Amino acid sequence: MLKRIIALVRKELQSLLRDKKSRHVLIFPPIIQLLIFSFAATLDVKNVSLAICNEDNGKSSIELCQRFTGSPIFSNVKYYDRLKNAEEALVREKVLAILHFDSAFSSRLSGDGHSSVQMILDGRKSNSTQVILGYAQRIIDRYNEERVELSSTGSLPAAIIQRNWFNPNLIYQWFTVPGLVAILGMITSLTATSLSVAKEKELGTFDQLLVSPLTPLEIMIGKTVPGIIVGLVEATIILLAGIFLFKIPFTGSLLAFYTGLTIFVIAIVGIGLFLSSISATQQGAFMKVFFFISPAIMLSGFATPIANMPQWMQQVTVINPLKYFLIIARGTFLKELTLIDIMPYTVPMVWISLFTLSAATYFFRRKLS
Amino acid sequence: MLRRIRALIIKEFFQILRDPSSLVIATLFPIFLLCMYGYGISLDIKNLKVGLIAEDASEETKSFVFGLKDSPFFQVEEAKDPRMLAQKLTELQIDAIVWIPSYFSAYWQAAMQQKEHPKAPIYVVTDGSAPNTATFAQNYILGAWGNTRLQLAKSNDLAVTFPVSIESKFWFNEELNSRYFLVPGSIAIIITLIGTLLTALMIAREWERGTMEALMATPVTIVEILLSKLIPYFILGVVSVIISTVIGHYFFDVPLRGSVFALSIVSFFFLLVALGIGLLISSTSKDQFNAAQVALISAFLPAFMLSGFIFEINSMPLWIRIITYLLPARYFVSSLQTLFLAGDVWPLVIQTAIILCGFAALLFFIINMKTKKTLD
Repeated sequence: MLKRIIALVRKELQSLLRDKKSRHVLIFPPIIQLLIFSFAATLDVKNVSLAICNEDNGKSSIELCQRFTGSPIFSNVKYYDRLKNAEEALVREKVLAILHFDSAFSSRLSGDGHSSVQMILDGRKSNSTQVILGYAQRIIDRYNEERVELSSTGSLPAAIIQRNWFNPNLIYQWFTVPGLVAILGMITSLTATSLSVAKEKELGTFDQLLVSPLTPLEIMIGKTVPGIIVGLVEATIILLAGIFLFKIPFTGSLLAFYTGLTIFVIAIVGIGLFLSSISATQQGAFMKVFFFISPAIMLSGFATPIANMPQWMQQVTVINPLKYFLIIARGTFLKELTLIDIMPYTVPMVWISLFTLSAATYFFRRKLS
Repeated sequence: MLRRIRALIIKEFFQILRDPSSLVIATLFPIFLLCMYGYGISLDIKNLKVGLIAEDASEETKSFVFGLKDSPFFQVEEAKDPRMLAQKLTELQIDAIVWIPSYFSAYWQAAMQQKEHPKAPIYVVTDGSAPNTATFAQNYILGAWGNTRLQLAKSNDLAVTFPVSIESKFWFNEELNSRYFLVPGSIAIIITLIGTLLTALMIAREWERGTMEALMATPVTIVEILLSKLIPYFILGVVSVIISTVIGHYFFDVPLRGSVFALSIVSFFFLLVALGIGLLISSTSKDQFNAAQVALISAFLPAFMLSGFIFEINSMPLWIRIITYLLPARYFVSSLQTLFLAGDVWPLVIQTAIILCGFAALLFFIINMKTKKTLD
């Protein structure tokens, strides 16, 4: 029995690699996606264009302007003489925010001891501009601390000390690339599996499989194994890219990672088989895969946290295997997770695999008989 | 001529309605996308779960703790065991830990007496593996701390340690609701789906099945064939924009501050561009599978990732930023967000219309050149 399965698996892999279509699908898109996703999918705020309108020109406002100009985050500072021009630039999306010192700024500061600076931010990009406001606040805080240190009166004897665990410098790619291991692994194994079955149906070679000595179970296994291999290979390539190209530390256990990965890929292959068992053509299978992948990625916690979603939607994510493997992937990279730690996340994936593989087998049996 | 075109258009509509996957792309998927961005995907971090260990119970810390608990941004859970909170942070069950150590008061007193003594610390720990959430958590907690500092300074007769404060105003989206810019941006994705993916698929299908050649054997001219192929998808595109705008505005409360006229102009030109890309893809890759692949990679993926719809273009590396200048979706998304949230900014609208018109002209020029060689 094993010999027959191995023979089938070899044939599958060969036809996958030989067929121009599958080669294109399995090689080019993942490379492009890896490059684009890892650099473009970022909620980081960089290269911020800031408009400064300093109607005051006193010592303190000039000092503050220098601090903003010198900050690495505000890399593109534009000076405007008149507030109206700055506002127009904001509306035209040439700048993300305006820092405005009115003419009485310095005199208020030296007179009353406190003064406010106005900041106008573009709400059309509210995520980025909220982060920008935070950065601006920190620059101002530091200025205030130093100003008070210089003067002789005491300052508040307490301070907040911040720590970011697992990713001290908040490097965004440490968050995205482990996620890509999951996503690209999913896309390739899903496409490979669903294409293989649909192509056979289209070409009519599926019927030929039936007259071979292979039992339906052996055919099922023979169809799932290539998809699993493809998924594992793809994920390993991205894993290596993550460690050596993006220099992301891998702190957890490799065993835990591969255990989680294997169960994840099995679940995905199950879904691929199920989708292709209900499609008649390669084209149809491909579209069904696309319709599955889009919500699966959006509702997985890849780009936006599941905790932000409404309750009912969070319930729906329970059946998404990607959600669990994302946690495993990010955890084994950054959080030193071990085999025991990932157990709670593998169990749901096992259930999903059992369900989808049984459903696929059921549909196969019906078609085969 | 019109009669023939009309007949072909009706045939095209029947084809779309009869095929399940094209029906899904034209109707279900856009509605699904709208629901996702209206209900599901949100970049707004509103309910941060904070685990608090307050080992010190002095007056000073009490006012900070009260500030945290009172804030609408936090859900504070008090605990005694730091290890349990550390576990919860690792497992994504809480977003931040705030720890006020037992020696807080001692340090406070000491630092009051001697300037050189280290200040009394409050430790804030966030999960760096989710950088966006971590940044927001830090900013909110610092904000709460700022309020507390003011009160503490006053009650201790100390210098107000923030002589300079920021008065901030968010234009166009005061509620800071990410849905308000996600839903308008999703219109670009929906048009790409219908104008490019669907069109490319359906036309490539005709090539694959040989019915395109059959059409060419009829009295119908090439121009009529092209028109009859594009008009149904154009109509579908227009319908989808109308439905998206209506659902976005009335259902999801996204403001529509610009005029319908301006929205129509930019949508019209982007639809032309999308159709052009779809037509070009289907004429170069005459097989469905390939067409779908190319459409997804060259149109859908860029519209999603690189248009500024959800990910900020300025935060991307230079080489990607340069690539985005070649993407029509980038210009369209920018004017969509502006038209919905800011209003009619005519310089931007006109600039977008001209650029998109340029793209469309280039595309149809290329199509014209290719079509001469391969048809008849």
